[in-house]
Amino acid sequence: MPERELKKKSVPERTEETVADDAPVTSERGEKLKAELDDLLDEIDEVLEDNAEEFVRNYVQKGGQ
Amino acid sequence: MAIPKVFGIETEYGIQTVGPGDNNPIAASSLLVNAYAAEVDRRTGWDFEDESPGNDARGFAREGSMPPVIETHLANTVLTNGARYYVDHAHPEYSSPECADPLRLVLYDKAGEEVLRRSMQAARRVFPESPEVVVYKNNSDGKGNSYGCHENYLMDREVPFSKVVAGVVPHFVSRQIYCGAGKVGVETGAMDPDLVKFQISQRAEFFEEVVGLETTLKRPIVNTRDEPHADPRRFRRLHVIVGDANLSEVATFLKVGTTALLLSMIEDDMAPSRDLVPADPVRAIHHVSGDLSLTRPIELADGSSATALDIQWELFTAARKFAEEKGLSTLGNEAVATDLLDRWESVLHALENDPASLSNQLDWVAKHQVMVAYQERHNCDWDDDRLAALDLQYHDLRPERSLYARMGMERLVDPEDVERAVTQPPAETRAWFRGNCLARWPEAVVTANWDSLVFDLGTDPLRRVPMMDPLKGTAEHTAALLDASNTPAELLDRLSS
Repeated sequence: MPERELKKKSVPERTEETVADDAPVTSERGEKLKAELDDLLDEIDEVLEDNAEEFVRNYVQKGGQ
Repeated sequence: MAIPKVFGIETEYGIQTVGPGDNNPIAASSLLVNAYAAEVDRRTGWDFEDESPGNDARGFAREGSMPPVIETHLANTVLTNGARYYVDHAHPEYSSPECADPLRLVLYDKAGEEVLRRSMQAARRVFPESPEVVVYKNNSDGKGNSYGCHENYLMDREVPFSKVVAGVVPHFVSRQIYCGAGKVGVETGAMDPDLVKFQISQRAEFFEEVVGLETTLKRPIVNTRDEPHADPRRFRRLHVIVGDANLSEVATFLKVGTTALLLSMIEDDMAPSRDLVPADPVRAIHHVSGDLSLTRPIELADGSSATALDIQWELFTAARKFAEEKGLSTLGNEAVATDLLDRWESVLHALENDPASLSNQLDWVAKHQVMVAYQERHNCDWDDDRLAALDLQYHDLRPERSLYARMGMERLVDPEDVERAVTQPPAETRAWFRGNCLARWPEAVVTANWDSLVFDLGTDPLRRVPMMDPLKGTAEHTAALLDASNTPAELLDRLSS
């Protein structure tokens, strides 16, 4: 379909990124993302409510639209 | 004909009281609103005279349906930024001021979050003996109770409502792939909880009808509330109840921008020529929410099939054609509207090729990615309570607890602008006049409404100033008038002369 060709053409930078994502060896970007995600999980472990079960059970919201 | 879009977002926030004491959600919501009002000394009430939520856009009366109930006795206030902040049912609700472009609306939606954050702090100071109230910007409690984030769009009254419905249904079914807030689990009978462990949308599974007036029971994909808050001969206000409350600024920007653009296209008869309405829109909206692969097709009414992405590409292609032929002036700001089109396209590409690359842009992608990583680290599965807790805490508005705030999400608005938007109204709509009158003469403005202000000058009968056009009362129209008036009496004299 011509429409789809048109829109693919207009975002050329996506192609490069896709190549990087598909690289068999973990790319630098992938390593960085993983490290960031690890840091984030460390933080989440620190701030997540202590008693998850009770916290989730107590969260009840009636009367909404 | 396409008219300039004026938009707003109303968000019902989730609340939770912490510690011993009263757990009444109405009391807790009132606590927040009253504490905020007390601290900013804003006591102007809301005027209900012109509210008629039972009117139906299809033109018939509300027989057998249940229009929303207005509760006038609850905490209710109007802010100097032009917003309404009040208790709706059992939730604190912030209704943004009217905005004239989608990025401005992102700004005032974020200002709303800040109002709620300040309310939590104010409640601790003003009512230290009450239990702490915590605010969440989400849409469901995980137990089958949902609360809304509604959008409003000004439309040309001339466009038949049936045409609006046919035009928006494909969008409302499919736009969730970028504006869903994501959630773990299933809480209604809409889909199989053994098959769907994570959904794209918080709200989608709560929709049971295609078109209707209700907002709390049998929620419809297209709401027919016909209450323009403006001249009813010229304007319609499309009230949209199908969306999720987003923390992601990109998601909010896309949600309101693409919808406003599509409505302009419908007004100009330039919506996609192919009929994209699903054969069963209710099933389709559930189906899209449960399909993280974004590849499973929906059956359309014409017998063909399409994925949500296919539908979005068709809408986007038609939107670009509309932009080329008619321009983007109805979105208020051409540069912002051009960014919107670019962003729409790049997000659709990314969803098609590499959804994970959107983890710093879209709520559902961010949440899903961190939940998968959490499961790997803690060797748990989707049913683990810690994931449900993580889900809730993504939406916690307290900076020290918010998981959203830790995820490095892309920002579209400057935090300093958000700070200003908490107290100052947008210049481009009548919210400017409302907000400035309230800021200058809080004692003289006795009530306010979307389309009027009522002044008490102490001597005369009360004086009502109608504002029936949302694009009048702007800074451009009224700044000089306000500057030249030293008292509200002078202002009213000038207005009537």
